[in-house]
Parts: sequence; structure tokens; C-alpha cells
Amino acid sequence: MEATQVPAAASAATSAATAEERAPAMEGEAQARLAATQDPPTPTLRPTRLRPGLLALAATGLVGAALLGILVGPVGLAPTAVAWELVGRLPFVYVDSGLSAREAAILWELRVPRVVLGGLVGAMLAVAGAAYQGVFRNPLADPYLLGVAAGAGLGATLAVAYLPQLGGWPLSPIPLAAFGGAVLAVVATYGLGRSGTRSRTTATLVLAGVAVASFFTAVQTYVQQQHAETLREVYAWILGGLGTVGWQQVVLILPYVGVSALALLLHGRLLDVMALGDDEAESLGVPATRVRLAVVGAATLGTAAAVAVSGLIGFVGIIVPHAIRLALGSSYRIILPLSAIFGAAFLILADLLARTALAPAEIPIGVITAFVGAPFFLLVLRRTRKIG
Amino acid sequence: MARLPRLPRALLPLLVALSLLAAACATATTPSPNTTTAPSPSPTTTPAPTPTATPAPSEASYPVTIEAANGPVRIEKRPERIVSLSPTATEILFAVGAGSQVAAVDQFSNYPPEAPVTDLSGYEPNVEAIAGFDPDLVVISNDPGNLETSLEKLQIPVLLQPAAQRLDDTYAQIEQLGAATGHAAEATQLVADMKAAIDRLVREAPRFPEPRSFYHELDPTYYSVTSKTFIGQIYRLVGLKNIADEATGGAPDYPQLSAEFIVAADPDLIFLADTKCCGQSAATVAERPGWDKITAVKTGAVIALDDDIASRWGPRVVDFLRTVVDALSKLDGATSSLPTLVAVGS
Repeated sequence: MEATQVPAAASAATSAATAEERAPAMEGEAQARLAATQDPPTPTLRPTRLRPGLLALAATGLVGAALLGILVGPVGLAPTAVAWELVGRLPFVYVDSGLSAREAAILWELRVPRVVLGGLVGAMLAVAGAAYQGVFRNPLADPYLLGVAAGAGLGATLAVAYLPQLGGWPLSPIPLAAFGGAVLAVVATYGLGRSGTRSRTTATLVLAGVAVASFFTAVQTYVQQQHAETLREVYAWILGGLGTVGWQQVVLILPYVGVSALALLLHGRLLDVMALGDDEAESLGVPATRVRLAVVGAATLGTAAAVAVSGLIGFVGIIVPHAIRLALGSSYRIILPLSAIFGAAFLILADLLARTALAPAEIPIGVITAFVGAPFFLLVLRRTRKIG
Repeated sequence: MARLPRLPRALLPLLVALSLLAAACATATTPSPNTTTAPSPSPTTTPAPTPTATPAPSEASYPVTIEAANGPVRIEKRPERIVSLSPTATEILFAVGAGSQVAAVDQFSNYPPEAPVTDLSGYEPNVEAIAGFDPDLVVISNDPGNLETSLEKLQIPVLLQPAAQRLDDTYAQIEQLGAATGHAAEATQLVADMKAAIDRLVREAPRFPEPRSFYHELDPTYYSVTSKTFIGQIYRLVGLKNIADEATGGAPDYPQLSAEFIVAADPDLIFLADTKCCGQSAATVAERPGWDKITAVKTGAVIALDDDIASRWGPRVVDFLRTVVDALSKLDGATSSLPTLVAVGS
């Protein structure tokens, strides 16, 4: 595979110029060429399925991360008491854990929903990132590729700046506005990008995403500059965090994340075929454009919901899928489910670090994921030849 | 091979047009000096702790040199067209009786009401817009874009008064503004009045055998203040224990606290400095998950502050302290030597 592939794709994701525009198209050709040299019909598709043992191992890892997240926190709750409290929640089991009412509230109303939400958000971002990398055949694609982040940012900013007295609402309007903005941005991107000819749809879409994101960001900056008093609140939202969440947010995003993640997981086989390129996929009977629309739609709904309650948490959607790709294989039937599981575990652990490293002060979780993510990402770049 | 797709190219002019439009809007709203200059014939109604109106001092001999945070500032004659980009400085200027000399204040200087508010921004000040007011003194609290250098090129003296670290800084800034504007006597009087009022409040404040704890909230994501901050020191004057002080070792002076830590710390008092910005109230606090277990919430000791008063370091810090002392006196066990039984889970 061509050594220039990743840098070119990287610049395509950040700026709009003619040279970079060709990058994803070239990449597709490169892969097609590669596919032609190996034995047809399924050259890059090692017919690997997710082995049950691997799945069980991953699930165990997730349960371990969740338990750790529940046991450890800025407030020292006795681990044995917490364990009994957890056991006591099982049906037909009655034990007295010895936690006071306040400690029980800390556990059940603050810590557990935070861990659950971290898992949901991490799983969603990672699986959406993996699906985007497949459907755009671009190793640097992440869930924010088509403008979700910029749209959500604008929505949140508008809500902070123009909606009066946020306290008077039954539900904070900021996540709702962020969700609306995110969906709107992706709809705009898709509407603009779709009109390119069929074979270049990915390039056009990615570029339309760049344009829409820049435009939304410009509007957001303008609104913020006009309402400087909103800077703090918007900044806090953009940094991302799970510091103020409860079961309400879990209930709010669960339907979106559940349906979206399930839809994406079912696309594993189709994504494997689409790795060959749109034309090749079509010749194998896979409607590439329709698959892409379905993936973008599902990923957008789920990501928008996640971003709406957690703010912008970066890098999860890139590093988790790539780590799995490097370690466990390149079939999307493996990458997608494991991304969901490890994404959840990763974000739960990152959030654990965010709330305990400087306890009782918090570190923005976006800082943690990027701090861990950036060095890891460099490693991925160095081993880029293995990514496809 | 890959030709430019049609639509994005067609869209480019549209995007350019839109961004130009946005830029045009931006310029249209930059402050035009003529509209807002007219200084209301303000009858110098001074805010809270008013010094008895001392007549214009005779000792005001110009030029004066003020030792400010940005070094010595030389002022040639009594300033009559002051531009204040600091809400705190605005409050001080009016409190020392220099209100009639103020030509324009920034968009956040909302007190006193007669201050000539413009849409000048204290965050991103536009030098030309400031110069358009033809000021003979500009007061700022921070200097993001090298404003001082630019204004000095225009022979406009700039007084930098950064956020106070302690009460003495406030007193010094009041004296500086008094000396700069020819109201040194009023400034001295204001400082004396503030000190007396604060002393009295501290004396009147109820004492508790066990120090009462509090949580000061800056925004709904639980940013707070430690005792190292200006506002944190005010609480210390009346012997309150700040739960945020447990955030040490690398944590900032304005830490973001974990929700579960706040619930576990179980403060006796919660002070909300995010009522205006973010619509928080005792009711919204009570609805937060787990917060109904906090003593302050159970006993109704959640105090809504005025965000502005709680974030400025001007004369109204006395009002802030009074609010705190009032809240303290309503607590169980106040002034009595016998502590009443309050559920405190350590």
C-alpha cells in the first residue's frame, strides 16, 4: 500500500484543497489495485468471525472496568460494603451493606449512572468511529467526520446564548439543542456531498463535512463573541465530561445509542465487502451508497445523542477501533463488536482517571482521552501499513 | 483523474458570500462612539457604603503619578472622559464620586445602573472603538491584546487593575482610582467605611463550636473556589470551612469538584454564584441526583447570590459578606453556645 496514503488522508480531513480531495479516491484505487493482486473474490476479507472465547474475554474486561469504576471514586466507600450493596440489588437477595443513606445515594445516584453513561458513550463513539472508517475507507475517519461536533457545539452555544433562564426547564435544553444541531449538520453535509458522482461519494462527503464543520464553527464563534458571557459555559460543555450526569441522561440516550449501535453492528459483513471499493462492492451485490447512508444515519443519531450529554470527547472513535485492528484483525465483523466493548471499557477507565487523579477536583475527560490518545495515535500512524 | 465535484465548487461563492455577510454584521455592531457617549447627568448616586459627600478635594493637583499594576501611570490633568473596561473599576469609580467623569463602560459594567454602558468588550477590546470615545483615562482589569501599548501610542494613559487577590488589593485599587480622578479623600473615606463595615459584620457573625462548612458554586458543572481565592478569603473572615479546600496537590484554585465529593462532604451551606448566568436556585439544586441528602439542602440553607457581586472585588464585597453573615445567623445553633443537634455524617 502506498506510504503517502495516510498523510494525504489526514490533510483531507482538515482542509479543503484539490490535491487532498483526490486522496480518498486514490486510496480506494490503491485498495482496488491491492485487491486485484490477491486472490479474488475476497482478498482482504479473511473470513474471520468473532470467536466466542474472544468475545467472552472482552466482556470480562468490560465488566472488570465497570466494577473498578464503581468501586473507586473520589469518595472512599468501603469496597466490601459496595460489593454487598451490588449483591443486594440482585433479585431475591437481601443483604444489609452497611452503607449510610448518603453513601448509598452517592453510589446509586452518582457513581453507577456515571459509569453506565461512560460505557454507553464510549461504546457509541468507538463503534461509530469504526463504522465510519469502514464506510469511508479512511483510517482517520472519526465519529465527528461529517460535522456532528460542530453542529452540536453550535446548538449548545445557541441554547446557552439565547434561551433564557435555563433553570426553568424540566430538562436542560442544552443537550436537546446540541442533538438537534448535530443532526442538522450531518443532514447538511449529506445533502451537499451526495450530489457528487457516485464513485466519488466518499471524497465529496468528507469535504462537505469539512465545509459544514468550518461554517458551523464560524457561526458558533461569532455567536460566542457577541455573547462573551457564554464563553465559560460553552467551554465547559465543549471540554466534555460526565461530572453532572445521573440516570436521567442514561434514559435519555439509551434508545438512540441502543438502536444505532445495533444497526452498526449488523453492518459488519457489508463493511467488509465495501472495503474493496464502491464499484467492487456493487458488483458483488452490495448497494454501496445505500449502506453508506444507513451507516451515516445510525452513527449520527447515536453520536449526536452521546455528544449531547457528554460534550465533545475526542480520540475514542479513532484509537479504539485501530487498536483492535492492530491486535485482533481487520474484519469488521470483529472490529465493530469489539470496538463497542472496548470503547465502553476505555471511557469508563478514562473517566475513572478524570475523577480520581486530582480528587476531589475533576480533570476534563476530553483531556484524558486526548492525553492517552495522542501518543497512541502516533504509534498507529507509524504502523499505518497494517491498516486498511 | 479525480475532477472537482460540481456542487462544492458551486457552493464556494455562496459560502464566501455568507461569511462576508457575517463579517458585515460584525462591523455593523461594533460600538459607534456617538450613540452612547452622552454621559447621563448622573447625580452621583453612590452605591452601598457611601462616604458622606465630601466636596471636590482641593489637594487634587495634577499631574499625578499612580503606582498601578502596570507600573507608574502619569496623568496630566483631571480625567473627564474615563473609559472603564472593568465592571469592578466602574463600581469603584462611581463609589468614589467620579461617576460624572466616566464617558463609557464595557458591556458587563451593569452597576450602578446609571453607568454609561456601551457594547465595548472587556474581553476583546477594540482599540479604535475605545479611542473613538476620546478618553483621557482607560481602566482595564486584564490586557489580552496588548491594549496598553496601543493606547499609549495614542497618548491615552491606561490603568491596569487586575483581579484582587485579597481585600488589601481592593483597598489599593480604590485609592488608586481616587487619586487618579481627583477624589482621593472620598476614596480614603470609602476604604475606611468598608473596613469598618467588614469589621462590624465579622464581629456580629455568629460563632459555632464546630466550624460550619460551605460549598460555593461558580457554575452548574460544580466549579468552585478554594480559600486561596479572593472570594474564598471573604468566607474565611467569618470562620467558615470551605469544602473545596480539600482539592490540593495540583488542583487549581478554581477546581471542578466531583458531585459525589460534594454530597459526601455534606456542606451546611451552599452558596450559588450561578443564579443569573445559569438559572440555578435552591429548587434546581434539590433536584440534582443525590443532592437531597446534603444537610444544606435538607435545612434550606441554599443561598442564591448575585453572580456579579460574588465575582467582583469592588465596594459591594461588603454586601456579599452581609449575605453570608445573614445566612449564618439563620443556621441552627447560631450565636448560642449550645450546639443543636445537626446530622453531620463525617
